Amino acid sequence: MLILECPYCGVKAEETELSAGGEAHLTRFGPGSDDDQFHDYLFMRENPKGVHFERWRHANGCGKWFHAARCTTSLEVFGTYAAQTTEPPQEIKDKITAKRPGWSWREFSDASE
Amino acid sequence: MRWSMTKKGKSRMSNPVTAINGAQFAGMATVKDAGLQGMITLRGDLGSKPLMAAVKAATGADVPDRGRISRVADGAVAWMSPDELMLLVPYEVAQIKTAELAQALKGEHALAANVSDARAFFSVSGHGAREVLAKIAPVDFSCENFAAGDFRRSRTAQVAAAFWLEEDDSFRLVWFRSVGAYMFGLLSAAAHPKSQVGVY
Amino acid sequence: MSTRLAKQGRLIDRSKQIDFTFNVKRMTGFAGDSLASALLANDQMMMGRSFKYHRPRGVVASGAEEPNALMQLGTGDRYEPNQRATTTELFSGLTAASQNHWPSLEFDVLAINNKLTRFLTAGFYYKMFIHPRPFWKHVYEPIIRKSAGLGAAPDAELKDADTYEHFYFFADVLVVGGGVAGLQAAKAAAASGAKVLVLEQNAHWGGRAPVDGGTIDGDTPEAWVQNTLAELRGMDNVTLRDRCMGAGVYDHGYALGYERLTDHAPGQGGPRHRLWRIRAKQIVTATGAIERPLSFAGNDVPGVMLAAAMRDYVVNWGVTPGQKVVVATNNDDAYRTALALHDAGVEVVRVVDARDTGGGPLMEMVREKGIRVELGRAIARVKDGPRVTRVAICAQNGEGGAQEEIEADAVAMSGGWSPVVHLWSHCGGKLIWDKDHAFFRPDAPRPPLGDTGEGFVIAAGAANGPLGLGAVLQDAAAAGTRAAEAAGFAPQTVAASAGVAEDESPMQPVWLMPAKADITLRMKTWLDYQNDVKVSDVQQAAREGFESVEHTKRYTTLGMATDQGKLSNINGLAILADSLGAEIPQVGTTTFRPPYHPISMGAIGGEARGEIFQPVRKTPIYDWNDANGADWEPVGQWRRPFAYLRSGESRHEAVSREVKNTRENLGVLDASTLGKIIVKGPDAGRFLDMMYTNMMSTLKVGKCRYGLMCSENGFLMDDGVVARIDDDTWLCHTTTGGAERIHGHMEEWLQCEWWDWKVYVANVTEQYAQIAGVGPNARKVLEKLNTQAGGGMDLSKEALPFMDWRAGQIGGFDARAFRISFSGELSYEIAVAASEGQAFWDALMAAGQEFGVMPYGTETLHILRAEKGFIMIGDETDGTVIPQDLGLNWALSKKKDDYLGKRAHLRSHMADPDRWQLVGLETTDGSVLPDGAYALGNGINANGQKNMIGRVTSTYYSATLERGIAMGLVKHGPKRMGEVLEFPGTDGKVYTARIIDAVVYDKEGEKQNV
Repeated sequence: MLILECPYCGVKAEETELSAGGEAHLTRFGPGSDDDQFHDYLFMRENPKGVHFERWRHANGCGKWFHAARCTTSLEVFGTYAAQTTEPPQEIKDKITAKRPGWSWREFSDASE
Repeated sequence: MRWSMTKKGKSRMSNPVTAINGAQFAGMATVKDAGLQGMITLRGDLGSKPLMAAVKAATGADVPDRGRISRVADGAVAWMSPDELMLLVPYEVAQIKTAELAQALKGEHALAANVSDARAFFSVSGHGAREVLAKIAPVDFSCENFAAGDFRRSRTAQVAAAFWLEEDDSFRLVWFRSVGAYMFGLLSAAAHPKSQVGVY
Repeated sequence: MSTRLAKQGRLIDRSKQIDFTFNVKRMTGFAGDSLASALLANDQMMMGRSFKYHRPRGVVASGAEEPNALMQLGTGDRYEPNQRATTTELFSGLTAASQNHWPSLEFDVLAINNKLTRFLTAGFYYKMFIHPRPFWKHVYEPIIRKSAGLGAAPDAELKDADTYEHFYFFADVLVVGGGVAGLQAAKAAAASGAKVLVLEQNAHWGGRAPVDGGTIDGDTPEAWVQNTLAELRGMDNVTLRDRCMGAGVYDHGYALGYERLTDHAPGQGGPRHRLWRIRAKQIVTATGAIERPLSFAGNDVPGVMLAAAMRDYVVNWGVTPGQKVVVATNNDDAYRTALALHDAGVEVVRVVDARDTGGGPLMEMVREKGIRVELGRAIARVKDGPRVTRVAICAQNGEGGAQEEIEADAVAMSGGWSPVVHLWSHCGGKLIWDKDHAFFRPDAPRPPLGDTGEGFVIAAGAANGPLGLGAVLQDAAAAGTRAAEAAGFAPQTVAASAGVAEDESPMQPVWLMPAKADITLRMKTWLDYQNDVKVSDVQQAAREGFESVEHTKRYTTLGMATDQGKLSNINGLAILADSLGAEIPQVGTTTFRPPYHPISMGAIGGEARGEIFQPVRKTPIYDWNDANGADWEPVGQWRRPFAYLRSGESRHEAVSREVKNTRENLGVLDASTLGKIIVKGPDAGRFLDMMYTNMMSTLKVGKCRYGLMCSENGFLMDDGVVARIDDDTWLCHTTTGGAERIHGHMEEWLQCEWWDWKVYVANVTEQYAQIAGVGPNARKVLEKLNTQAGGGMDLSKEALPFMDWRAGQIGGFDARAFRISFSGELSYEIAVAASEGQAFWDALMAAGQEFGVMPYGTETLHILRAEKGFIMIGDETDGTVIPQDLGLNWALSKKKDDYLGKRAHLRSHMADPDRWQLVGLETTDGSVLPDGAYALGNGINANGQKNMIGRVTSTYYSATLERGIAMGLVKHGPKRMGEVLEFPGTDGKVYTARIIDAVVYDKEGEKQNV
């Protein structure tokens, strides 16, 4: 059972206090988008072995959404950060680079490469 | 085991009642209906001066730090989230205070709502109180980790809850009103007189 | 015979005699006995029969690893099957019964299976019962179900008399195992100031050390254990729990402890088991090691026992399983058993050591006692029977010929030791094969990883590989120090206590005894006692191509019983590896999964049973409803009255009465469960325009509007009335089940997509009791309340027209009145403070007497709305329905550039004219259509099924129209008015119904707008 630190409360919450919200950093496509864009926005999701970015909600807590960067194989958590961002903060990316040099995920990757 | 039912609340035209109407259970800790309590949800910029002033005016207490509740004689303010506070005021004045807050924060982006009647409010006191809570919430209730004035929102068994510790080592717990009876049953079971764990 | 000895027995109190029964026979034991030791003291060597062949079986082990001595304990509402005699503490009045036999333990009909072992080999069930196919269901399965299984299931009608609970605990260092390694590790970790929790599964501390002997810091292990316990108990940062097993290790330092509080004293009150839900920064597994059996023919005959277990029975409980004992071993440790037996006055007739070179000082000590020790020898077979009588000895390096038979009534065997690596492995700790000791041990550089990516489990003592007392203590002290450091504490190096025990010569792996045993012997050589798996079965599996250890496990059932192969795994792997011509590490192990040892379902469920099985949400009117005939219906976690039954009334009659009365007089509905969400802020209107398909920003203050919510992929997810409270505040009503979901949905979009919009939302659902007064007399009763109170808000049509709301007082209560109608009648929904809800309800009921007031339930609510053609989320919608399907295009704003679902509605399938659409349905004979029935089309589909062209979504008996009414989704429905469709029911009947307009009552809406 995972523990993730809620970046708002500072609470190390266990999984039963959280609810998972799927992939992070999706770009919304609305009216005006073409069928492929909208289809991908609705349905296409990453399923990586390794570094992943997810949305979680501190549901049994402050109720806030946050993002978690973690490894899907080792379950290592690289960090959590507020949801009000369109990409992982540099600090988080650096942390991942330190642990998983050469990582990449969607349009984000190890900047040191 | 001891059960008792008493009427609570000041007499008004309609005699408001709590969800569990004064129920009490005494076991390894004492579980009590904490009665009618004025509660106001306030959302806004917790760092803004008008908000801090309005909170102080409404309760007498300051905006607390993250994870804390600040208390004065007749009121308190609890940290619910980065943009939400729970104000505790006497039940009778909750509606007026909510209106005053709204007035004081006119022009600010804020929301004040009287939620006094939306809650079930309990106290758990006595030596076994920490252990009773540790049976239902995934929280470290050891003395080092949970001290007077600490405030936490979490899960108690199957429902969301907020709770804090008073100076007298008794807990106050807040739930949605509709689960009051469930919570009373749950706390009474957890406080079974022969279920002391013996760690706190 | 097995019997109580005159001396020994460090755990028993001979002054306290305890009565118990076994298979209805009265027996006595002593306080401190386990059920197994007490049975042995009563010469009850045979404790059950095996699962498949019903062979007589006796106790083999002395702890949790026991495969044979499974008992049915207790009676009635405290009955429980499959409990180990070895882990059951004796108490006065204990009733135990053995399992897997019929009619009795001594004489068993199915023991015939034992004669059929040639046919009941690995895969027998798979091969035998596959043909003929129909036989499985009607012949084979019923017979197998009867003969298989372990103990009988508890009576389904009885409720467990006990209670259970959970307990959350947080530790810096969790030490699993209270043997000398665990205590040493705890001491080392605690010295740093870390908060340490130590779990011991038994009622006594110290593990094997007090039995095995040697010295620690110059004293007996027992004395060291007591001193160390006293020291640890004196530390504020240490918690010690006995009778509490470390059951499992999970992700991110989560672990379960299974505490058995009253198993040894049932009925004393309080919870029976407590499940510790532990979060630890570091976990030290000091779980010791388990001895392995030797694989020789007849190694399952009662009286054949693990050597260390036999030593435990002698030393701990003063019991000997026999009077003439043969010891068979491949290592030095078993010599300790020979010494213990000899010291207790039991004759050791022979020590058979498979090693040509024998052992070290321990062997010499045994020889000095005059005990005959034979090297390079093996047990060829133990004579079959309910008890050991004769043992045949042969050369280890042979096929079993040239046997010498000796008389004996017990055999102590030792095939070496295996570290208990379960908890290390549960969460991914890797193992390494230790060739010298022939066991898998934790591979320290590859531990389970925690949330930081660092290891969080450290194995200590015998569980980590070291077996000698001195090495165990040193390893454990280092582990404790390392754990504290890894948990963030400055390490305090604690000198390990000095353990001294006899040096031991290397063991020699012996996987089969004798090494080249022929097939007749191998077919009587057991690997897995509990599941009756023999050496020949594993060899056969390998021959048949089951090369993967996981496949072999499932084919043979090796290691799949309730003991999960604690004794059998390594021996079975070795046989498999040998059969495949591979090395053991190449074959690998099967996966270790929690729990280590079965834990009760009660403990897993914890407090959640009976009244508090799950939260039941109650409205402020709940008690009144309950006292006034409410026939409760669950709506999510809420309970709502389906109808209010009067004495002698059927549900149908009650509902018809409520419908008629509401249409003709006055109905009152407890609508408190409807979600109420405040949305406020400068951008609130803009936000609601995104949330709802309708335009909400233009709603005037004081007005209400019915709105639809779609998910981003276009499907209808909720509906409700939105009221504008003031310039920047709206109040959104949701469906009963929808409040938390929609509140969460709004928060999600605000936090994750439009976080720069200035909007706050608050869920105030439970602040209000919401009560609907519905029917022609609705205004009259409210006006009467105002008159009684001497004033109140103007409720006239002019002051409060349809689809408006006002705040004010009604009957002296602070209230909001919403002129909205889900019934087609004149209707006011009144919201008052929840704390005053019951008082307001009472006032309404009293004042309503003269107007024919009656409360109505959800079924009446449904019928009233269906007569009006109003949709219900969850009936007309199922997650695949869009507003266009329901003829709700009018609620899809054309003026808005965007709202959730708008883009999705343009997708080709959403715009498909062939989508099923909402219509009314009227049966040709007035009967009620079956709910969910499908409408038959023409032809068949690709799967050969009849084509369907629609389905019933809502169907009721309308008391107003005195016939069945229904709504349904039908292909091209609105264009097919008047057409008659066929709806086959599950009752075999075919219903015919005509497509009509969904609104069947007051089409013009005259009644609600008055």
